[in-house]
This record gives sequence, C-alpha cells and structure tokens, in this order.
Amino acid sequence: MARRDITSGNWAAAEAMRQINPDVVAAYPITPSTDIPMKFSEFVADGLVDTNLVTVESEHSAISACLAASISGARVMTASSANGVALMHEIFPIAAAYRAPIVFALVNRSIGAPINIHCDHSDSMAERDMGWIHLYCEDAQEVYDSMIMSVRIAEHKDVLLPVFVCQDGFITSHCFEPIEFLEDEEVKNFIGERDPMFPLLDVDNPVAYGSLALTDYYFEIKRQQIEAMKNVRKVYEEISEEFYKLTGRKYPIVEAYKTEDAEYVAVIMSSATGAVKEAVDKLRAEGHKVGCLRVRMFRPFPWKDIAEILTGKKGIAVLDRAASIGAGAPLFTEVKGALYDSGTIVPTNSYVYGLGGRDFFLHDAEKAFTDLINGDFSPEERYLGLRE
Amino acid sequence: MAVRLKDLTTKDTPMTRGHRMCPGCGAPTAVRQGLLAVDKPVVITCATGCLEVSTTIYPYNAWNVPFLHCAFENAGANISGIEAAYVALKKKGKINKDIKFVAFGGDGGTYDIGLQALSGAAERGHDFTYICYNNQAYMNTGAQRSSATPTGASATTAPAGKKIPGKVQRAKDLTDIMAAHHIPYVAQTTLHNPQDVIEKVKKAIETPGPSFVNILVPCVLFWRIDPAIQRDICKLAADTRIWPIYEVIDGQWKLSYKPKSFVPVEEFLKPQGRFRHLFKGDAWKHVVEQLQQEVEEKWAYVLERCKETWEPK
Repeated sequence: MARRDITSGNWAAAEAMRQINPDVVAAYPITPSTDIPMKFSEFVADGLVDTNLVTVESEHSAISACLAASISGARVMTASSANGVALMHEIFPIAAAYRAPIVFALVNRSIGAPINIHCDHSDSMAERDMGWIHLYCEDAQEVYDSMIMSVRIAEHKDVLLPVFVCQDGFITSHCFEPIEFLEDEEVKNFIGERDPMFPLLDVDNPVAYGSLALTDYYFEIKRQQIEAMKNVRKVYEEISEEFYKLTGRKYPIVEAYKTEDAEYVAVIMSSATGAVKEAVDKLRAEGHKVGCLRVRMFRPFPWKDIAEILTGKKGIAVLDRAASIGAGAPLFTEVKGALYDSGTIVPTNSYVYGLGGRDFFLHDAEKAFTDLINGDFSPEERYLGLRE
Repeated sequence: MAVRLKDLTTKDTPMTRGHRMCPGCGAPTAVRQGLLAVDKPVVITCATGCLEVSTTIYPYNAWNVPFLHCAFENAGANISGIEAAYVALKKKGKINKDIKFVAFGGDGGTYDIGLQALSGAAERGHDFTYICYNNQAYMNTGAQRSSATPTGASATTAPAGKKIPGKVQRAKDLTDIMAAHHIPYVAQTTLHNPQDVIEKVKKAIETPGPSFVNILVPCVLFWRIDPAIQRDICKLAADTRIWPIYEVIDGQWKLSYKPKSFVPVEEFLKPQGRFRHLFKGDAWKHVVEQLQQEVEEKWAYVLERCKETWEPK
C-alpha cells in the first residue's frame, strides 16, 4: 500500500536513503543540501538504518571516503551542493574511473561569486564531463523515485558508474509537496543487495585500485569508461520500466509534452518545466501549436531522442539555468549538436534564465515561445528575467 | 610486543621486491620493515607520491595485498572510507575476517596537503594506522620544499643562493600535532634500527583506533647521499637528536632512544649534498648554529614530556 505524505525534495531524498539503508554515508554540510544528511543523521540516531555515517571534515573527504567505501564493496550515498561539489571535483573523475557506483543527491545551487545560496545549474554543469550519470528531477517525487532507481542503475554490471540525482535548490529541495512513498519492503526488494565486483576488502583476492597508467594504457582505460556510459541507456530503460510496473510512475529519458503536433518547442530541465508546460497550455488555448521537451538525463546525453522529437519543428527555444561564459550555454550547445547530427536545421534560440535563483515566471516561458512564434531568431544568447 | 628478528627472516611482506623505487631509498625500507611483523591481513592506501607511482605502474603491481591510491591530499579520507565500509559490512555479516587498515603518505601528502584529511580521520577515531614516510621535501616532483623540510636545506623551491641559505623556516612538528589529537598511539622513528621500526609499526597497527607513525627516511637523490649510507644517515639523525625517537601511548610520552654522547648536528648535515652550502666558508655558520639551537629546544621539550634526563658522556 503506497504511503502518501507532504514533504520536501531534501526530505524525500533522505527518506529514500532511509529505505535504501546504505552501508556508508559520508557527508559534509552545505546549503541547500544539508537537510539530507541532517535528516539522515536522525535516522541513524534513532537506529532506523544500519548505515555507518561518516561525518567528514570537508566535501573533498566526503567524496574520497565515499569512493573508498564504494570500491571496498559497500553501498554508498552522499549529498552536496555548489562549492561543496566544486571542492569534490578532483575526485569525481577518479570515482567514475574506479567504477564506484555512488548515488549522490546533488541539490543545485549557484557556485558564485557573488556568493549565493540559491538555485542554478552551474555546480552540476561544471561536472558534466567527469564520467558520472546526470539525472535532473522536476519535483520531489521524482527525486525520491530517482534515488531508488539510481542504486540499481549505478550498480548494474554493464554500468558501474556513479550517479548525480539533481534537484533544484530551495525550489525543489525546500518546498513541500505531496509525495507517494513505497513501502520499506518494496524498496528493499527493488534494490536488492549489492554484489560488488573486485571489492577491495576481499583480502583473499587482493586487487589494486589506482595504478599509474601512462601513455601505454590510459587511453584504453578511458575507452572502457566511454563504453560503460553507452550501456546506461539500455539499463536505465529496463530499470525504469520495472519501476513503472511497481509504482505506475514513468520516467522517460526525455519527457515530451505536447510536442507531437507542435511547431515550436521549448527545451528545459528540472523544476522550471512546470512553468513552461503551463505556458504551452495557455498558448495552445490561444491557438498556437507549442510543446515542451524536458531533458531528464543529461549524461549520457540523449541526442537521438532529442533530434527525433525536434526534427521538422519551425523553431526551438533552449532554456538553460547555467551559462557557459565565453561559449554557448550547456543544454543549448548539446541540443544544437543533436540537431546537426540528425541532418536537420531548425532555427534555435538560446535563453539563459534563473541564475542565482532568479525566479522563472510563466511570462518568461511565454516570452520564449512568443519570440519563436514571431520568427524572432538570432544567434545571440538571450536572457529571461534579467534587468538590463 | 617484542619481536624476534630471526622469526621474520623468511616472512613474506605485503610489498614485494621488484618495485621501481630508487636504490637506497628509505621509503620501501620503512614499508617492508614496518609491515614485517604484522600478522593480520592489511589493506593499504597510499597518497600520491614516490611510493605510490613506483609500486603500481600498470599493468604491474608490487603489492600482494589490497591497495588503493586515489589522490594526493586524501589518504586520511580514503582510509576512513575503507574502514567505514569494513565496519558496516562486518556488522551485516558480509565480512568475517579481522582486517587492519594502513595509509602511507610522504611528508608533502601528510604534513601539507593531506593534513586536514588526516586530522579529520584521527578525530573521528577510525581504526587505522597512518605512516608518514618523511623524506623532508616533495621528492616525487623534484625536491620542492615542504613544511617538513629542515632549516638550511636546499630545496628546488627554496634553493640555497647568494642571499638565502635554502629553507629559512623551521620544520613543522607533525608528530606533536598528531599527539595533540589524543589518539591512542603516536610514534616517531627512523631507519636507524630495524627492530624499532618493526615494533613501532606493529604496535601502531595492533592498537585499536587511530595511530600515527612518522618515519624519517632518506631520499638519496635529493638528500644527495651515497645510497649505501641509508642506515648510517638515519643513525646520525637519531644520534644528533635532530630526529628524536619516541612514542606517545595513550598520552604517555616515552623516549625510545637516548644517544650515549653528544653528537653535533653537523654530523647529520655534512654527508648530505642538500646542506653542502652551509659549510662553504662562514657565511651560513649561523644557520648551523640556529639548527643546533632548534635541536636543543626540541630535545628539551621531548625529555620533559617523557620525564627523562640526559647526561651524555
């Protein structure tokens, strides 16, 4: 019997962690993700989990301890945001290369300066080439569900890669909304036990992690990682289908909202999707054929799905909650690249919105669509909700 | 705790021969001597450094026990993570062996960039031993000065020049800093006496909770010494008292070695190329005097802590 409650994105993540009951959590406080280890610490204090909670002295040590525990054979989780994520940066590619299946609740926050605690995607976007799987969630329900699914995806033997489960800081992490939880037993059965490959703690079959590989082997090892990332899609589809059968909740890699007959489509990620969908409904009521495409999986990037949905459209707006200063915004350049590969040219505008937590309103979403409808296209990056 | 060397002569060590450390390097000696008398299975982690790069050149590996290298500054955090996994998996019955956890770092990875992770691991009380193989500079990258480099040593980022006599600052006292963490076992030694290294590391590893051993080891390349004098130079470090040999057991300081006679610090400095400039003319005579002064201050401090007196012949 599904259990319903009102909770926040952070607490939903923590509740998923309680039910997953990982062997090790190593975490360090930073706004806005702090809630997750705080809530989880209560579960530890009350004896509701068996987890060995390691309250480290920095984010760098958090991810280092997670990596070491993960390759030791433990099921490992953590959470962080912004500067914490940036401090961990050095260890992210190492965790991916050691094929450590860490599940990481990443609560998106701007990395500054100026120092700012509110949401944008500058923290996770800076880690997009580190070899991790990136999932961006629209709401707390999706955060909860993704944490559970990610354990399976990360630990799958064809994958063995760490996963970022991203949610928008404060917008998703601190707002309370209705959530449907699985029963503890259902989660336990869904995730199963970890069956680690080559665990460090198997002292009878010793292995070495972290050898020096120079010009003669490095390239081949990287290629293996590239191949593992290619396997994510198939594994994700299997596991999300299984999850759908259990819960009735479907999480496609990309979510197409009224795109089939649409002439104009806005591409977006995470919590701002709601405002875009609302703009779609409003403009459709006025007779405009518009749609919304939400990219849930950013790594591996689903370029084929995106190209399929966007091919033949009259205009596209790509909305990024991160800037790549001196180049195109991250989602925009990926979407444009996907279209180029598909051999179609669709006029595409790039919009950056919501940096440092600037609110994204219905009228901002409408503005992007109106530009497309009016044939107002240009290669220059545009900004929504910015005073100029 | 006494160990009979005779019993150890045929014993396998976790680190094999055939690694690529330099002839005469003190680091593999410290590792092999240190782990010789440990009977429980060990899992090793290593900070980035000579020991790590020279023992794990893919596809070869000189370790016949589980080994992890991750990065430069996080050996303390890595060993915490391994131990945390062990505790969790043992509780769940997935592991039933008694395993010990040992981290190695050079002075760069321990005194400097890795100090925070080590301090955190010690404060949290994980069951691990951290061994610093201290050769007093960043040798893996070519003898840059570290906070362990002694006053007057010429390092590549603190070279002896016409105006500056090498490193001008005093070395950080990391062993004392670790003792101030009030962990169950802290020790400082060098390769002057294999028995001492073997017993101290065994004690460290067998003591439940965090322990720290600081082993002064020569780097033949950048100390600029004859590889054959590894043990002699370490003996001089102990005899000149520039490197006091002691242990701190549950907060009780215990002196392990009392030189019989006064040996001036010059005796330790003179065989080493990194101090050669100090003895060319009288320009840097005061640096040697300063070093001797530092030795006396530190020795008095250690004697006081150990409740010992010293009357050299």
